[in-house]
Amino acid sequence: MGLLDLDFLDDVRRMNKRQMYYQVLNFGMIVSSALMIWKGLMVVTGSESPIVVVLSGSMEPAFYRGDLLFLTNYQEEPIRVGEIVVFKVEGRDIPIVHRVLKVHEGQILDDGTVRFLTKGDNNSVDDRGLYAPGQLWLEKKDVVGRARGFVPYVGIVTILMNDYPKFKYAILACLGAFVLIHRE
Amino acid sequence: MNTFLSRLNTIFAFTLSVMAGLTFCCFLTTAFNMNKTDVVIDTGNVVVKNVPDYSAGREKNDLGFVQLFLYLTAEYETDNHKLNQVVIWDKIIRRGENAILDYKSMNTKYYFWDYGNGLRGNKNVTLSLSWNVIPNAGTLPKVMGRGVHKFEFPKEYSSSRF
Repeated sequence: MGLLDLDFLDDVRRMNKRQMYYQVLNFGMIVSSALMIWKGLMVVTGSESPIVVVLSGSMEPAFYRGDLLFLTNYQEEPIRVGEIVVFKVEGRDIPIVHRVLKVHEGQILDDGTVRFLTKGDNNSVDDRGLYAPGQLWLEKKDVVGRARGFVPYVGIVTILMNDYPKFKYAILACLGAFVLIHRE
Repeated sequence: MNTFLSRLNTIFAFTLSVMAGLTFCCFLTTAFNMNKTDVVIDTGNVVVKNVPDYSAGREKNDLGFVQLFLYLTAEYETDNHKLNQVVIWDKIIRRGENAILDYKSMNTKYYFWDYGNGLRGNKNVTLSLSWNVIPNAGTLPKVMGRGVHKFEFPKEYSSSRF
């Protein structure tokens, strides 16, 4: 490790002012392009969080903890049974990924809102117990997105980071330091 | 330039790209499957608590998916709602399990509850079987089986307790 530290320090020592500015700007570029990609995806998919990581085992054996889902949320596409939706419930910050089992649409009495009920494949009962107290149905405004694509295991890093916040800060610090110190 | 860290970094990056490539190939192998098949659905004894009876066959159980989620949907119209869809039965078929299904005299898995009281005397309830394919990686197609069954509910509520 001693050798390594010296290497890094050596790099920094050899930098002049101009190079330092360049490194900082480079760091800024990386952060802002990540942000731009994320926001761009939000615009394209219409969903407020286009990529989510599955955090619970309630959809096993389809999705396990750490699987990555791509979401879209086009308003003109109707919600139908069998679809996997990600929704938010009042009073819970973490969105839930479950399957729609009941749809009642086009009520004539009110303005034709859609009401639907969800259930996790691995749960034995529907989700009414998870909804806010007194809430019997989900509506369109609760939906964050519908699952369109799926990649296994990729999100496990996110879960690790959430479970061990220290690990997250360590990784962020390492990456930041690396970008700032490393010479092109 | 050939420090231990940079070599580690290269190996890690290469592994990641190979995995990504492989995942994409997995997706390609299943992306163009039609996942279609014929379905025969029939209802038996239709009291207000009905007993559906259906069979579905799938020609092959290939390795292109992790699981199939089969569900039997009842679709109908009531005075209050233009479109109602209720899943009354579902089944998960995992990779390697027998995918040729032949059931008779099955009961519904879930209660067939309407939002209001629109089921009594409902003339046109359509049963259809669909499935949602969960592949190794990629899109999540929702396929509707060919073949539906229509039935109607009797005009009076059944008073039996079965």
